[in-house]
Amino acid sequence: MRFFGNNLTCIRGERVVFAKLDFSVSPGDVIALIGRNGSGKTSLLRVMAGLTRIATGSLGWEDGAIADDPERHRKRLNYVGHLDSVKPVLTVRENLTSWARLRNATDDRVTGGLEKFGLGRLADIPGRYLSAGQRRRLSLARLGLSAAPLWLLDEPTIALDSEAVVALNRAIAAHRETGGMVVIATHVPLDIDDAAPIDMGNFTAALEDAH
Amino acid sequence: MGLIVVIKRELRLAVRQAGDSAVIVMFFVLAAILFPFGIGPEPNMLARIAPGVIWTTALLAAMLSFGRLFQPDFEDGSLEQLALSPTSLEIATLGKAVAHWLTTGLPLLIAAPLIALVYRLPVEGYSVLLLTMILGTPTISLIGTVGAALTLGARRGGVLLSLLVLPLVIPVLIFGTAGIDAAIAGFAVKAHLMLLAALLLGSLVIAPVAAAAALRQALD
Repeated sequence: MRFFGNNLTCIRGERVVFAKLDFSVSPGDVIALIGRNGSGKTSLLRVMAGLTRIATGSLGWEDGAIADDPERHRKRLNYVGHLDSVKPVLTVRENLTSWARLRNATDDRVTGGLEKFGLGRLADIPGRYLSAGQRRRLSLARLGLSAAPLWLLDEPTIALDSEAVVALNRAIAAHRETGGMVVIATHVPLDIDDAAPIDMGNFTAALEDAH
Repeated sequence: MGLIVVIKRELRLAVRQAGDSAVIVMFFVLAAILFPFGIGPEPNMLARIAPGVIWTTALLAAMLSFGRLFQPDFEDGSLEQLALSPTSLEIATLGKAVAHWLTTGLPLLIAAPLIALVYRLPVEGYSVLLLTMILGTPTISLIGTVGAALTLGARRGGVLLSLLVLPLVIPVLIFGTAGIDAAIAGFAVKAHLMLLAALLLGSLVIAPVAAAAALRQALD
């Protein structure tokens, strides 16, 4: 099992965000995307998720190209983006349950997800009363809903307190142990063993040299 | 499977925000009631214009509801998650359209006979009024999802949405009104209903695909 990209180029609004980028993730691997603001970390994660189209290059899983079967790719990934997708009128539990239904997850997984990120006490509180950090925890709790092997995390630690960061680190470690893959964009040094860094600056710099 | 899940989710959200649907129906009733004030309470005249007024105001009321179809989900990131869920985006948009009809089209359909009563629509018109609404309002919901998806993220999306959608729903207005008129005049209505059904079937096939493509564009 391997998730990889070859020669990826991403163009947003007539601006090349990154070019000639290769990556490869195997079970148990963590890739940390580092780089300045606007260096394309989010774009790369969205490309990996299949939300953003690529101008050149290809993404693959094992031997198959992801473009051939995007539906299957969606089943094997979990994406946590900048937006927390929390509905203000639903309670914390209802919010998580609505995503669980879409992923065919059991209610046990919902309860497990809530406990893992310390949301058990808040289960019956409507989403509109949550703080930024609590909303983010709820967004992260979605990770536990499915056994999807690939986690794509975009600045997951924003607004989290130290306790929640520990919970996230623990969740990532547990995910790796079961053969999971993680791609994480972050500015905060995380407590993750041997994460392979991809410096996004290299792929924009390469571009400037070519001009 | 995924379709039912999306519909349930939308309905649950709609129940929690029931005011949104209520406002649409109130707009429908109020707008329709304005006409007699403007053109005078002459009963024959009102009965004559009733089908057109009901259908036109129903369309305008529906326009108000499309802005909320995808915009909140787009802003809070739910749309992204929906697009990444195993359920295909085509099915998800179809679910949205069905839920929109249940929360907007159906209430409009229930309110329509009340307005017909105010306008003293001849008795022969009621059953056909309901039939045209049953066939026509889902078409409006479906076409509305395409318009809402296309204008997602655009500035002044609401106005743009009406400009896009209103011309597309003119056939529904024509055959809906003509069907009721025909029933009152004692002519056959089957042809009008068949054409409305054809519009519904056509949009049922095309709208989810078109809306899903527009949503992918908006998320890209």
